[in-house]
Amino acid sequence: MTVPAHVTRQNIEDFLYFEAALLDEWRLEEWFNLLTEDAIYEIPPTDDSRYTGDAQTTLYLIADNIVRIRGRIDRLRSGKAFVEDPHSRTRRNISNVRILEDSGSSLRIQANFIVYRTRYEVLDVFVGQLEYGLVVAGNSFRIRTRRVVLDQEALRPQGSISFLL
Amino acid sequence: MSLNTMSDMIQDTSAGLFKVHQSVFTDPELFVREQETIFNNCWIYVGHEAEIPKSGNFIARTVVGRKIIFVRDSKGQVRVFFNTCRHWGAMVCRHHRGTTTSFQCFYHGWTYNTSGHLIGLPDKDAYPDTMDREDLGLVSPPKVDSYRGFVFMSLNSAIISLHDYLAGAKKYIDLVVDQAIDGMEIIGGEQKYGSRANWKLLAVNSVDVYHAAPAHQTYFEYLKSIGVDFSNSYRLPGKAMDLGNGHTVVEFEAPWGRPIAKWAPYFPSEQQPEIEKTRLLLEARYGLDRAYRMTQTSRNMLIFPNLNINDHVAIVIRTYNAPSPDSMEVTNWALAPKNESGFNRALRLDNFLTFLGPGGFATPDDVEAFESCQRAFANREVTWVDVSKGASKQEAAATDELQMRVFWRQWHRLIQNPELTHSNALVTTAQP
Repeated sequence: MTVPAHVTRQNIEDFLYFEAALLDEWRLEEWFNLLTEDAIYEIPPTDDSRYTGDAQTTLYLIADNIVRIRGRIDRLRSGKAFVEDPHSRTRRNISNVRILEDSGSSLRIQANFIVYRTRYEVLDVFVGQLEYGLVVAGNSFRIRTRRVVLDQEALRPQGSISFLL
Repeated sequence: MSLNTMSDMIQDTSAGLFKVHQSVFTDPELFVREQETIFNNCWIYVGHEAEIPKSGNFIARTVVGRKIIFVRDSKGQVRVFFNTCRHWGAMVCRHHRGTTTSFQCFYHGWTYNTSGHLIGLPDKDAYPDTMDREDLGLVSPPKVDSYRGFVFMSLNSAIISLHDYLAGAKKYIDLVVDQAIDGMEIIGGEQKYGSRANWKLLAVNSVDVYHAAPAHQTYFEYLKSIGVDFSNSYRLPGKAMDLGNGHTVVEFEAPWGRPIAKWAPYFPSEQQPEIEKTRLLLEARYGLDRAYRMTQTSRNMLIFPNLNINDHVAIVIRTYNAPSPDSMEVTNWALAPKNESGFNRALRLDNFLTFLGPGGFATPDDVEAFESCQRAFANREVTWVDVSKGASKQEAAATDELQMRVFWRQWHRLIQNPELTHSNALVTTAQP
C-alpha cells in the first residue's frame, strides 16, 4: 500500500465531493466500490442516544454491514423500492471537513452536510454530521465506516431515509 | 359535518361488500370530530413502565397531541401528568428524558415533586390564605392504568376499565410478554418519523398482510439473497381475528427468523444454542402448542385506535399522533426480554432494522403507499375505498381484510356514538 507523504484536507475534500457526486448521480455501483470489504454504514436514532449508544445495544435507523449495504443497493436499483421509484433528486453539500486522526494508513474524518431532496414537487432537507473511517488505498481512500448523525429530532416531515444519505 | 352524513361514511352491506368513504382521510370537520370521539375518548398508549425503571426517571412526550410527563415517583409508582405549570401554564419539564427529584418551572419557579405535589412556591406569603397548595399539583389525565407494563391514559373519565377495554387483546399481549423469562424492556433509541398522510392509513396497514408480497418484494428478495428458505410449508394457517373493541390481530408463520427462539440459517451459528435453549425453556413452561405460537409464529396486533404491537422479525411497539388530517407522527420502539445475551440483543436489533423503521427495507415503502393514497384522495370523484377481501369466508385468512373491517366498524361506531366507551356495550364481538 502506497501511503501518501501528507494527506491534506484538500485530498479528503476531493474524495468526499467525488463520493457526493456519485450518490447524487445515482452511480451506486461505483459508490459501492469505494467501500472496504468490511465496511459499515450507520445512522443512529435522532433522540438523545445518537452519540452514546452503539448499534448492538441501541435501536438505530440504519446499521448496515457490507451484506446489507449490498442488499440496499440491489433494492434501490431494482425499480421495486417504490419509495425511490421514481428516484428522489438529491443535492449534497459537504462542508467543515476536519481530519480528526491520521495514522498514516487510516484516518478519521468529520464533516457537516446538508442534503436537499425533492420528490413529487416537495423539498425536504436532511442536516447533520458525517463521520468517516477511511483507509488509504493507493492514491485514494476506501470507506471503512460511514456514520451519518442527523440533527433533526425526528424524520418529520421527511418520513423515511429512502436513498443513501 | 352532520351525524347523518357520518352514517354514510361506511358501506357495510349484507352482500359482504365493505367500502369506506375516502373523505374520512381528508375532511377537516371529520378530523375534529375524530379527535373528540376517538382520541379524547379511548384508552391511549403512553409508554412502557420499563422505560422509566428507577424512581425519578422521566420522559416528556406527546400523546394524542397533549404534552405529557411520564415519570416514576420517589415511591416507585408510575405517574402520568400534563406537562403544564399550574401558575402560568408553561411546561415544567423541558427535557426529553432524564432523572430528577422535582420539576421546577423556570418561568416563576413553582416546583413540583415527582408525585406531582406543589412543593415550592416562591414568595408564598404574597398569596391569599384561601389558596390551597394541595389543589395546585400537576394534573393527571382522568384515567391512567397499565396492563403487563404497557401504560395507557384516557381523557374520558367515564370510560370502562382498561382491562375491559383491551378485551381479547390481553391474551395476545400475554403471548408476547410471556416470551421474556425476566420481563420485557424497551431498548434505548426511538425511531421517530412521520408521513404526509392520514393516521388511519398506518393503522390498517399495520395489520395488512395482503400488501406484503407486492409492496415489500425487495425485502423478500433480500431474505432470499442471504439464504432464507421460502419453500417451507407451515403448520398453522395464517388467520385474522377480531379481539373486540376495534382491536385485531393477524397471526401467521413466515420464513424469517425470530430472535426470541426461531432459528434461521442467516443468523450467526454461534447464536443457535441460546435460541434453542430459550425455545426449550418456553416449551417446558407453557407447553408445546403455546410455545410454538410464542416462538415460531408472527403476529401483528392493532390496539384501537393507535397502538401496534407487532411481533415478527423483532417486537416493535408503535404509536402515532395525528396533528392534521394529512399528517401523522410515528414512534417505533423495540421491546425485548431483559437479560438476553448481548449477542441475541444485537441479532434482534439487526433483524429489526432489516425490515422496520424509516431506514429499513420495508417501512419506507409503506410510507410511500400512505402518501400515494393521500395524494390520490384529491380525486374526490372516486368516492370509495374497498375493504371487502375475504368478507364472505367463514374464517378469514391473514391476507384477507377482516382485520381492517374490525378497525373501521369500531371507528364508525365511536365517531357516531362516543358514549359507547362508557359501558361494556363497547364489546361488540365474541372474543376468540
